[in-house]
Amino acid sequence: MVFLSGDRPGSRPLARFLRVGVAPSWADLIAFLLLAATAVLIVRGAGEMSEPLSRLRTTPVTLDVARLPEYALLTTLRMFAALGASLLFTFTVATLAAKNRKAELLIVPALDILQSVPILGFLTFTVTFFMGLFPGRQLGVECAAIFAIFTSQAWNMAFSFYQSLRTIPNDLDEVSRQFGFSPWRRFVRLELPFATPGLVWNVMMSMSGGWFFVVASEAITVGNTTIALPGIGSWLALAIERQDMKAVAIGVGAMAVVILLYDQLVFRPFVAWADKFRFEQTASQDRPGSWVYDLVRRVRWLRLAVAPLGWPARAMTAIDWPIPRLALQPVRLGPQTSRVIDGLWIAVLAAASVAAVWFLWTFLARTLNLQDAFVAFGYGLATLVRVVVLIALTSLIWVPIGVWIGLRPAWAERLQPIAQFLAAFPANVLFPFVVVVIVALHADPNVWLSPLMVLGTQWYILFNVIAGASAIPSDLKEAAGIFGMRGWQWWRQVALPGIFPYYVTGAITASGGSWNASIVAEAVTWGDKHLEAVGLGSYIAKATAAGDYGRVALGVAVMSIFVIAFNRMLWRPMYRFAERRLRLD
Amino acid sequence: MAAIDDRHLLDVKNVRHLYGKPGGGGQLVLDDVDLTLFDNEIVGLLGRSGSGKSTLLRSIAGLIQPTAGEISFPRGDAASPTRVSMVFQSFALFPWLTVQENVEVGLEAKRVSPEIRRSRALAAIDLIGLDGFENAYPKELSGGMRQRVGLARALVVDPTILLMDEPFSALDVLTAETLRTDLLDLWCEGRMGIQSILMVTHNIEEAVLMCDRILVFSSNPGRIVAEIKVDLPQPRNRQNPAFRKMVDDIYARMTQRNPADERKGDGLFPGMGIGMVLPQVSTNVMAGLMETVSGGPFDGKAHLPDLAEALQYEADELFPIAETLQLLRLAELEGGDIKLTQDAQRYVAADVDTRKQIFAQHLIAYVPLAGHIRRVLDERTSHKAPAGRFRDELEDLMSEEDADQTLKGVITWARYAEAFAYDESADLFTLDDPS
Repeated sequence: MVFLSGDRPGSRPLARFLRVGVAPSWADLIAFLLLAATAVLIVRGAGEMSEPLSRLRTTPVTLDVARLPEYALLTTLRMFAALGASLLFTFTVATLAAKNRKAELLIVPALDILQSVPILGFLTFTVTFFMGLFPGRQLGVECAAIFAIFTSQAWNMAFSFYQSLRTIPNDLDEVSRQFGFSPWRRFVRLELPFATPGLVWNVMMSMSGGWFFVVASEAITVGNTTIALPGIGSWLALAIERQDMKAVAIGVGAMAVVILLYDQLVFRPFVAWADKFRFEQTASQDRPGSWVYDLVRRVRWLRLAVAPLGWPARAMTAIDWPIPRLALQPVRLGPQTSRVIDGLWIAVLAAASVAAVWFLWTFLARTLNLQDAFVAFGYGLATLVRVVVLIALTSLIWVPIGVWIGLRPAWAERLQPIAQFLAAFPANVLFPFVVVVIVALHADPNVWLSPLMVLGTQWYILFNVIAGASAIPSDLKEAAGIFGMRGWQWWRQVALPGIFPYYVTGAITASGGSWNASIVAEAVTWGDKHLEAVGLGSYIAKATAAGDYGRVALGVAVMSIFVIAFNRMLWRPMYRFAERRLRLD
Repeated sequence: MAAIDDRHLLDVKNVRHLYGKPGGGGQLVLDDVDLTLFDNEIVGLLGRSGSGKSTLLRSIAGLIQPTAGEISFPRGDAASPTRVSMVFQSFALFPWLTVQENVEVGLEAKRVSPEIRRSRALAAIDLIGLDGFENAYPKELSGGMRQRVGLARALVVDPTILLMDEPFSALDVLTAETLRTDLLDLWCEGRMGIQSILMVTHNIEEAVLMCDRILVFSSNPGRIVAEIKVDLPQPRNRQNPAFRKMVDDIYARMTQRNPADERKGDGLFPGMGIGMVLPQVSTNVMAGLMETVSGGPFDGKAHLPDLAEALQYEADELFPIAETLQLLRLAELEGGDIKLTQDAQRYVAADVDTRKQIFAQHLIAYVPLAGHIRRVLDERTSHKAPAGRFRDELEDLMSEEDADQTLKGVITWARYAEAFAYDESADLFTLDDPS
């Protein structure tokens, strides 16, 4: 999901839909195959390198409240480590895609697919891989956890950056070339600042999703090995295992405090600061505010205290890599030659695709047969039904509420941050409460576990709808009032068209997140009680617990295909319709 | 400053430029353009939009590599190269940098040390009348102030030649006038340290007001069709009869066309037949223009400069409207005059429905693409045709954007004339009226 910074509270995902066409293209297929083969290859290589997981020793996590701040800090550090890695990935890969047409042909569809892959399914692979890299050490597991968060953050950030690089205003590009900017200066002075607003909003969305994964990835069971990294996620896992409701509540409270602090102390100031990079020549009316940012700007000693934060930026602009003044004349290729090179590139890709197909086939055929594929597909349908029903239900609930709030600016102003906070809050820490109730009432897990999937993701629908309803121009509202439009006509002709683009954005995020959440929501545990709903999520979860790589790979692949197909067949056409017909500007 | 160097500052020889695929059917925007720039002169490149004058300016700035031809700076050598600097129509300021940082940007790229950068930037800011705004961000400034920043930024790198791409066209009339005057003052007093200015404009009066020499460009493809020396002393007065005469003269030249093209309406717009690239001109604007010309004081025939003044239009805005009317055979353009045809007079006098009928007849008869679409719809029993089909046809003959613009223009005209209907969601042309 990629968000434009233009509409602040409910940003629109743009880039993913920019590529025209609903039908899957060859590029998608090739990217999919290559990615799948690479993933399997890594796991196999790592498997050979790794020592048995059981030999790993980590400091045991305890339910000692005194250690909770430390755990919270470690969890937060993991988040930021992953964010750093994501930024690095963004700056390199997205830049490559934007500057090199041949790389672009592969990277863009690959990012598009990676956005849709259920990250939690990856955990098995990544843990195996990183444990193999650092056998017997906690660092390996740390890396695996950080990598899991990275995979939930990086793709949309890279997409946003790529999109920004491709839409650099022509005149600024000309100024930079006219003054002979070096590539570094161009990056620092033009590309990075121009991309900043979009990037900041995507970082925010990434971080929101990231909390979910950091919690899920700290305590992992692969095969008969359980790894628990010190952190809030492990605290919760232990509390669940011991059926300690009080400890669960404390953990949830700690999580809430962490997110609140992060939001107020880090994120909002950052967004307020980034506002100056917005590419517009007129000052906008409602600038994002942050009391911390204002405070820092006003209080002298605070300003001095945070001044070091500005040093790297200043250093970046000050250094100028002594680029050897080589006459870097771009080699001018005749149309003939460049056609030959294009042909070669396509041939290489084709060969790689064939190799990927063969490799995947031999890998999967060894452990699986066609029936497994059918089974996985059937489970996929079950989860699909859940996702569709739940998104429909939550839409029915939150659209009217969101519109009601959005039309009342005083309410919207107060409730919007809460909705955003709830979206960032990792819903998986709340699962135990629901599970306890289900266990106590002996309810059918097939039905009652389902709401867990949207527990965290429904808020995206709410805050986007609020944003959409607030954005309905007041003259339209006044016109509707003068002509006495009310009831169904008002919804049909004013409210629904007004919020539709925003709603689609929220619903896409919510449905993608729900697919992902199904892996933890369809199979839950409370002490020694296991609850399971039939679906692809529990299929992957079970295969992970059993260390069955083949089925994990199959499950993840099937889920990716479902998500991609769902996006292409439902969301993308809806989004394009919204872009074409329902834009209010 | 001993011997006067009589070499040109700039030589442009046989420059041609094609947009689009090399080798394939690209669009010729510059055809065989020669230009020399001497010391101490302001030269204006005057032409319609799309006449390639901006392309020429960008070629000189080194931003575009022309397809063929040579651009050289005979005066420059290794020790003191000829430097060019550019002012942009859209100002092209970095919104995240302050005024001072924006001005310093060119020096920074040249690795000038921070102290010198600062003092030179302050001097330029001072020169251009921006003192006090050093720490402001562009979005806090008015358009005129922003263009001053653009000017300071261009001047601070000490250029030999200053290139300006329609520097005043994004500004309102009063601001533009102030900025022009200030710039001319600085130029006449020789305080900018530049040898020569080359500016692109589509505003005829601006060219006559500022330039020592005006090169008039024709469009499709861009060629220099006239060179006009402006000998009026500075400061020039717009009301001066010699000034007015020169403006009239240029109007006449810019509406003059190759007589061979006259008959078929071709040559008005790039391309032939259905491949003609059409402008998007609103039917309301056309009606308004016909009404104005028909009414007093014009009585059916108007001198274009007078008309432009009466309507507060610039030549560049007026020409596409007038030429669309000419294409529709509702007006004739000649020697800087516009004359309504009989049908146009009938149109002005008629009621709404009759107006639409007259417009529809002319649209089908004289706009080849409209006639073509109508014929296809008439021939089909379903009276329906996908718009994609015509878009494809157009894209064979012109660029994608031009095709889009042309089709949109024709759709607007046809909807007004009720000549045929267009269903946007189905992307379909139909004959039936939505009733």
